[in-house]
Amino acid sequence: MSAQDDILDQETPQGFRQRFADFRENRPHLFLLAVMVLVPLFFMNPVTWLSLTISGLAMGLMLFIMASGMTLTFGLMGVLNLGHGAFISLGAFAGATVVVFWMGGHAGSGTLGMTLIALLAAFIFAMAVAGSLGLLFERFVIRPVYGDHLKQILVTVGGAIIIMEMIHVIWGPNEIPVPRPDLLRGAMILDDTVPLIGGVAVETYRLAAVLLGLAVYAAMVWVIERTKAGILIRAGVENTEMVEVLGYRIKLLFLGVFVAGSALAGLGGAMWSMYQEIITAHMGETLMISVIVVIILGGLGSIKGCFYGAILVGLINLYIGYLAPTFAAIATVGLMVGILMWRPQGLIPVIKV
Amino acid sequence: MSEPILKLSGVHADIDQYHILHGVDLVVPKGELTVLLGRNGAGKSTTLRTIMGLTLLRKGSLTFKGESIAGMPTPQIARKGIAFVPESMGIFALLSVRENMDLAAVSGPIDETRLEWVFGLFPPLKRFWNRPAGNLSGGQKQMLAIARAIIEPRELLLVDEPTKGLAPAIINDLAGAFEELKEQHASILLVEQNFNFSKRLGQSVAVMDDGRIVHTGQMAELAENDELQQELLGLSLGAHQ
Amino acid sequence: MLNAILSGDYPRSRVLTAVLLVILICLALGPFLFPSTRAFTTLGMICIFIVVVASYDVMLGYTHIVSFAHTMFFGIGAYAVAMVIASMGSSFGAIGLGVLAAVLAATALALLLGLLSLRVKAIFFALVTLAVAFAFMTLVNQLYTVTGGEDGLRVRVPREIGPAFRLIENDLYGFSITTFLGGLFTQPWNLGEVIRESVYSVRVTGRVVMYYVCFFFGLTMFLLMLRMMNSPFGRVLQAIRENEFRAEALGYKTVYYRTATVVLAAVLTALAGVLFALFNRYVNPENTLDFELMVFILLMCVIGGMGTMYGAVVGAALFLLAENYLQDLLAVLGGYVEGVPLVSGLVGPERWLLWFGVLFVLSVYFFPKGIVGQLRLWADERRRRAAGGDEDQSDRLQQGATQPAEQPKG
Repeated sequence: MSAQDDILDQETPQGFRQRFADFRENRPHLFLLAVMVLVPLFFMNPVTWLSLTISGLAMGLMLFIMASGMTLTFGLMGVLNLGHGAFISLGAFAGATVVVFWMGGHAGSGTLGMTLIALLAAFIFAMAVAGSLGLLFERFVIRPVYGDHLKQILVTVGGAIIIMEMIHVIWGPNEIPVPRPDLLRGAMILDDTVPLIGGVAVETYRLAAVLLGLAVYAAMVWVIERTKAGILIRAGVENTEMVEVLGYRIKLLFLGVFVAGSALAGLGGAMWSMYQEIITAHMGETLMISVIVVIILGGLGSIKGCFYGAILVGLINLYIGYLAPTFAAIATVGLMVGILMWRPQGLIPVIKV
Repeated sequence: MSEPILKLSGVHADIDQYHILHGVDLVVPKGELTVLLGRNGAGKSTTLRTIMGLTLLRKGSLTFKGESIAGMPTPQIARKGIAFVPESMGIFALLSVRENMDLAAVSGPIDETRLEWVFGLFPPLKRFWNRPAGNLSGGQKQMLAIARAIIEPRELLLVDEPTKGLAPAIINDLAGAFEELKEQHASILLVEQNFNFSKRLGQSVAVMDDGRIVHTGQMAELAENDELQQELLGLSLGAHQ
Repeated sequence: MLNAILSGDYPRSRVLTAVLLVILICLALGPFLFPSTRAFTTLGMICIFIVVVASYDVMLGYTHIVSFAHTMFFGIGAYAVAMVIASMGSSFGAIGLGVLAAVLAATALALLLGLLSLRVKAIFFALVTLAVAFAFMTLVNQLYTVTGGEDGLRVRVPREIGPAFRLIENDLYGFSITTFLGGLFTQPWNLGEVIRESVYSVRVTGRVVMYYVCFFFGLTMFLLMLRMMNSPFGRVLQAIRENEFRAEALGYKTVYYRTATVVLAAVLTALAGVLFALFNRYVNPENTLDFELMVFILLMCVIGGMGTMYGAVVGAALFLLAENYLQDLLAVLGGYVEGVPLVSGLVGPERWLLWFGVLFVLSVYFFPKGIVGQLRLWADERRRRAAGGDEDQSDRLQQGATQPAEQPKG
């Protein structure tokens, strides 16, 4: 039977099964995404499904923003920065400082202009703080240990402890509540008359996070695909030595990418702070787990892989969190282990580690 | 012999704990093609890498156009006007041919007339302009590697074994390209093991063994002197003849 | 005799020997040298963590396997015994069953992780273990019906190792080092009085019994690991660390060795976890599974000196002392700068981890071999200088140096 099937398959390469297998093997990220989105439909009603999907996308896109810097740092510089989570925390505290303490009035005003100004200020400040600390971190903590993974792991873990303790020194040891700006509270509700998904409620903030996340992804793709800096980054991921031979100062590129990655971690942290509405110095540490799963899923060094990995993690968290809350974390890690068994290099590998 | 463009004297270099170069003295004349011959492991590639600052120079002096470049970082050496085609070619496989060339044009957008000239030397590059460089054949990759090195005028070209693993027809094409470069009086230091290829192209020649230069002179002299060939190059190069 | 006990792997530094002897004496006579309960707990924890850190060193230092799942195995041991006692009541049978469960669970999970490491490269392995350990901790937190969730579990130990039990009716005498030293500095003229005050009575309760169980466990497990690392098995691990490809080419199945290392470390840590539960009598995610604890183990291992075994002893002792007493020191320092806004924040007693982090990063840069490695390096240098003659001569021959040799003095 099965032998016959094989022969049939070979004779009709355009058959459905063949095309399906091609799709699965060549576009594993889209295949997984489709499975991930469609399977839960059998376990819940469409309204719940839609609202979970959008929430999952929101979480995934925030994770993507946080993880993109770490995956690039690894891909380009071969540096595994386990202190990345500390930059997420730092961004969250910096952003919260603006929204809660400095421009609390703006954020609470309820007018669109004021809210945007406060949010923009918070995000820019978060990126600036995390980015400038990234500058110091690359220069003083990471640069001495290029090429030595074990030492990188050690010093970045140590560096993260120092940053988290400094957060305690500056902002105090207690968690800080971060209320969302008035305009982004509450939910948008789809009219009941819409068939099938009428009455679905989506939190405004999550919708905003999806939009911002997609914008950041588009901007990153544009930089990486279209600009010379982007070509240099991709070239550096493949072969740093040759980039130097051509006459480019790779160290400057490293520094730039590290600072940008830290700033993005800060942005992600600031977005996350308003999503959770509470922040602690250890939030980055907890988020690091998801970030690590994301970059392993995507394939270290791949921005596109990181994007799909993040969305998969966001979705599985929300779906399993709804169906069996106890197992959300297990499902996330299980997803990673499963994919590693299937594709040890991740979904969209770019480098051989 | 014209004035030297590059001069190495007493160059020592190590890779990890291994001492590879034991005092290399080498002069590359301006506007000529110099061939560096020698058996496997003689230190030819390490010499090129040391010139580029990729292998740490431990002792000795390294002057390019009368200026010391010893201890300079690689990118700075490259910007002084030295192009290097490593043995591995260093093609960015995931980038398109175009992007590879874009990167090689360090000082700005590619000059169109020069690009046409490069296309004339290596026609396949035009055909696969927007394809990933990883899809090119071995010979085409070597063409791309050399094209990257000459897309902007450089003062000195270091090329490490361009014929390695290539079919004779393609080697012939490459030789043609090098001959055209010679006509333009480019200064080239070519590391080779293929003696026929070297004989056809080389003006001056240097032979390395055990991390030292053991012979320098004109290629024509070496090509005529079978005894000297036998003595210097022995069996390892004999196989290629 | 000593050679057999230490498997021929001596401290090789006089300072280090002295430090190790001090640690050994303090741990061996602990309850009879330090009267405070805080010191008692700290010493017990040092005994347990020596095993935890030494087994981590087998992976990290000897084989260069970076795992972040070490606390998971520690937690498996602690929770196994705590959960069995919670459901079966406290008896030595329950403890035995807990040990069995811990060993089986640790072995199974370690084998799974080892299998996974076949599929992924070294650097991935670190990340994967981190994620798996986190998932495990979340699971323990979520399954609160059996694990107690974040509140954790109290461990009702059998009477014989509890505080109410008296091993011998009469009290024994202890000699308080802290009182003695304190007195020696403040009133050295009153030596007799100081000595008399230093003597205190020790009740030999079940807690003391438990302490000595931990002590002998720590001692034997440490010596066992020292023996293993100096056996052919240990040599293969070091060969894998230096050059995995070459070790494989020599005919060693590196996969087996790596997996065996992971399993060995996991089982020993799980056993240490069992003792932790029995000694601490309280188990929760924070004190057994937290990522912070994992980082602490990493710090102890690196600061002590990776790949030296003795580093685990020094690192664990130093770190746990710092965790418990550096805060006091910082509190004293903080007293001086009180009122200065930022500075007082930097030296408050709760900031000990900040300073430990700084020390850690600096030590990775400047003393990558840790305390033990550095002491040995210094000892080697001193020995070479003292020996002069022979070794110098061979050095000179190799380097072809021309300066005259220093004559050995005396």
